[in-house]
Amino acid sequence: MTARIGVVTFPGSLDDRDTQRAIRLAGAEPVALWHKDKDLKQVDAVVLCGGFSYGDYLRAGAIARFSPVMEPLLEQAKAGLPVLGICNGFQILTEAHLLPGTMLRNNHLHFICRDQKLRVENAETAWTSDYTAGQEIHIPLKNIDGQYVADQRTLDALESEGRVAFRYLDVNPNGSNNDIAGVTNEAGNVVGLMPHPEHAVEPLIGTGRTDGLPFFTSILKKLVNA
Amino acid sequence: MSRTPLDTVEHAAATPDVELPWAELGLKKDEYERVVEILGRRPTGAELAMYSVMWSEHCSYKSSKVHLRQFGEKAPENDALLVGIGENAGVVDVGQGYAVTFKVESHNHPSYVEPYQGAATGVGGIVRDIIAMGARPVAVVDPLRFGAADHPDTKRVLPGVVAGIGGYGNCLGLPNIGGEVVFDSCYQGNPLVNAGCIGVMRHEDIHLAKASGAGNKVILYGARTGGDGIGGASILASETFDDAKPSKRPAVQVGDPFQEKLLIECTLEAFKEKLVVGIQDLGAAGLSCATSELASNGSGGMRVTLDDVPLRDSTLSPEEILMSESQERMCAVVEPEKVDRFLEICEKWDVIATVIGEVTDGDRLEIYWHGGKIVDVDPRTVAHEGPVYERPYARPSWQDALQADDANKLPRPATSEELKDQVLKLVGSPNQASKSWITSQYDHFVQGNTVLAQPEDSGMIRIDEETGLGVALATDGNGRYAKLDPYAGAQLALAEAYRNVATTGAKPLAVSDCLNFGSPEDPAVMWQFAEAVRGLADACQQLGTPVTGGNVSLYNQTGEAAIHPTPVVAVLGVIDDVTRRTPVAFQEEGQLLYLLGDTREEFGGSAWSQVVHDHLGGLPPKVDLERERLLAEILIAASRDGMIDSAHDLSDGGLIQAVVESALLGGKGARLIVPDGLDAFTFLFSESAGRAVVAVPRSEEVRFNDMCGARGLPATRIGVVDGDSVDIQGEFTLPLSELRELHEGTIPALLA
Repeated sequence: MTARIGVVTFPGSLDDRDTQRAIRLAGAEPVALWHKDKDLKQVDAVVLCGGFSYGDYLRAGAIARFSPVMEPLLEQAKAGLPVLGICNGFQILTEAHLLPGTMLRNNHLHFICRDQKLRVENAETAWTSDYTAGQEIHIPLKNIDGQYVADQRTLDALESEGRVAFRYLDVNPNGSNNDIAGVTNEAGNVVGLMPHPEHAVEPLIGTGRTDGLPFFTSILKKLVNA
Repeated sequence: MSRTPLDTVEHAAATPDVELPWAELGLKKDEYERVVEILGRRPTGAELAMYSVMWSEHCSYKSSKVHLRQFGEKAPENDALLVGIGENAGVVDVGQGYAVTFKVESHNHPSYVEPYQGAATGVGGIVRDIIAMGARPVAVVDPLRFGAADHPDTKRVLPGVVAGIGGYGNCLGLPNIGGEVVFDSCYQGNPLVNAGCIGVMRHEDIHLAKASGAGNKVILYGARTGGDGIGGASILASETFDDAKPSKRPAVQVGDPFQEKLLIECTLEAFKEKLVVGIQDLGAAGLSCATSELASNGSGGMRVTLDDVPLRDSTLSPEEILMSESQERMCAVVEPEKVDRFLEICEKWDVIATVIGEVTDGDRLEIYWHGGKIVDVDPRTVAHEGPVYERPYARPSWQDALQADDANKLPRPATSEELKDQVLKLVGSPNQASKSWITSQYDHFVQGNTVLAQPEDSGMIRIDEETGLGVALATDGNGRYAKLDPYAGAQLALAEAYRNVATTGAKPLAVSDCLNFGSPEDPAVMWQFAEAVRGLADACQQLGTPVTGGNVSLYNQTGEAAIHPTPVVAVLGVIDDVTRRTPVAFQEEGQLLYLLGDTREEFGGSAWSQVVHDHLGGLPPKVDLERERLLAEILIAASRDGMIDSAHDLSDGGLIQAVVESALLGGKGARLIVPDGLDAFTFLFSESAGRAVVAVPRSEEVRFNDMCGARGLPATRIGVVDGDSVDIQGEFTLPLSELRELHEGTIPALLA
């Protein structure tokens, strides 16, 4: 058997088809979810992909968070449904308070697209178990609102509880607090990060690396073995 | 309060003596008289609005048409061409049932006035052209030219343009895979912001801009119509800038990429369900253009009720509605029984859609407002039968002196030390420096099909995941060459783009162009234009790559000073399997470097002459199109058969520039030996065309040499990939770290 992984398309989502491809390459079955859906079609996990949902008007992720699909998603995520938020998806998850902190405009004020080096800090979440803790990977980063910030208490808690999932290495590309590139919730089922693992799944395409594929194989193994 | 009566057709006929503001709308006296003659009466205000924008230089090509005909007349036989010049964009067969549409356009004038919005809406416009053909847009490219890099105004214009391109394109989810950035003081006050887009579809999905079938409904969908961009095509894009006139900012449109993204998805879904008979995007000249072109290209007439157009501003007059260039709007012709489904899809994507008219069985375009008929014209007279000018042209008096000022006679470096210093100066000069500060503001990865992106020689996109079929696109243009000789300059632009496609392993198929020139009312500029078009048409014929469409941008001048003639040429290529592509970066130490082609003493218009001597004179490099074709065939065969691991075209900056780029990208140095018969200076800096440098694995050397020998292509072994510096034996050694600091530090230091 394989796992069915939903990918939500909001108006302005951009990486929905790319994310479906990554899920397929990992061996799972992608399921298209529409932002107006009122149920999640019994998927085993959900990815909120990158893009500019609702044009990112008002604030990145702020409008998408109120889409109908978010209601069952919130409910089930709290009950343990694995959810991955990539870039705009991460922003939506913070706006929905499934993950702490928020994203500001990059400190240099420009959109930035680069092959970013990361360290996997937590290899025990639903989405990172195919990595080893401390592993260094390269994943494309591309955003304008990518500066992760949180108050000191939250940062201290994230650090002490091992909930910083990914950290920028060599260059902090946007001024994020503590070089944080991605975080997880306490249970480890909800993970969000700014870089795009779905763009690092095929040799030759993009940066030509496949460092992002373990996100999708991690979740597949977890779901199939469950 | 007295009300002026609505200027209906009837009212116009009854009041022949009413003076209309034709001059303010950009029409010449004889053009206005021609409108009166066509209609047999004075035009209504609405008709005048339509004619004025549609007969503008930007929309009617009235100065360039007589020359552009050559692209058709000299078009080479080419089975791949599915749709040629005249539609929104050309369409080319790339095999396996796929068709590719591509085009380059200019948004020069708006981008100077309002850099962010001008550049953003430039991307928006070209993308809608591609959607209107039935294709999903898959990539964009942006050839850009600015004034001197250290001029204060460049710091105003460039960051805005780059942010606008990124802000719009990134938000649409289109990878930006190529383009150029060139600095030259001739573009001060007239930056060139060209934008290209590629779209992919199946053969059966090709759509055309025509309204057929009486009773079919005309649906306007997308953004509401506002007061922005009124007269953009006529008074902004078709006149030179003049300090004495009022600000033209209100003539620039404002873009909403989110709306455009919805428009893309919604249009593609309607295509998929085969709901669309004909389609046209609303760009320059807005509704005037869309309605007249759809009606003109179709078999019938069209009746439109302007009151039904959704407005952002309810006080707009009918003339303003017809002229508005509000962005993110499209017009579709749909059979009555499919209208409901079409509207449903629009609703799904939260796109406003309104039936504004229908196709009639007459041959008139009739537009109503408040119950009165305010337009009654033969649409062909608006869209296709505008004025055609045989503008006078003459070789400028200064051309001979310019060509006689031979760059080959400039003082050359006398010592190795001087040679080294000039290499460093070149590599760190704004034109030759890395543009990653700019291109890193564009998304290269979205859609997950990008095989190559800048700074590669051409961008490459996979279009079929199973077979690996892909397309490549390169854009090139060298205004300095074209200034020295516009005929050769245009051919060199084509040759370079053609070569750039071939270096990546793709086969060049077809051409689009964006012809940027000064005022056509200046006979010297018109001569440059005529020569460039003739050169490009001749070269396309010889290389077998037809021009499928493009764009002309005139009036790029401030006062008397025109820009360098700047034909920008885009070449589209196809590659059967993208895994065979060849990158620029050196891959493996020990691989052998070969220089392909002949190197002559050619420094006219060169980067060296500009950077070291601030000089422009002499003749550009010699054009040899048969050599370009042979070189391309060798490069493609070598890529396909795994005989080369990296390849880089030689153009501005010559061999040293190419080797430094390959070395820095690969993080591996090179040891070079000056070949017999050449001096080190010529070897490093000459810009002879028809050349490339390739890295050959040792195991492939014999096979590669045999192939070049058998085909008669000069291939000279010049060194090896090795170490962490670029070493020219007997001359100098430059560590990669030093080169990298220079090459990558220049642009951020100037602009960040």
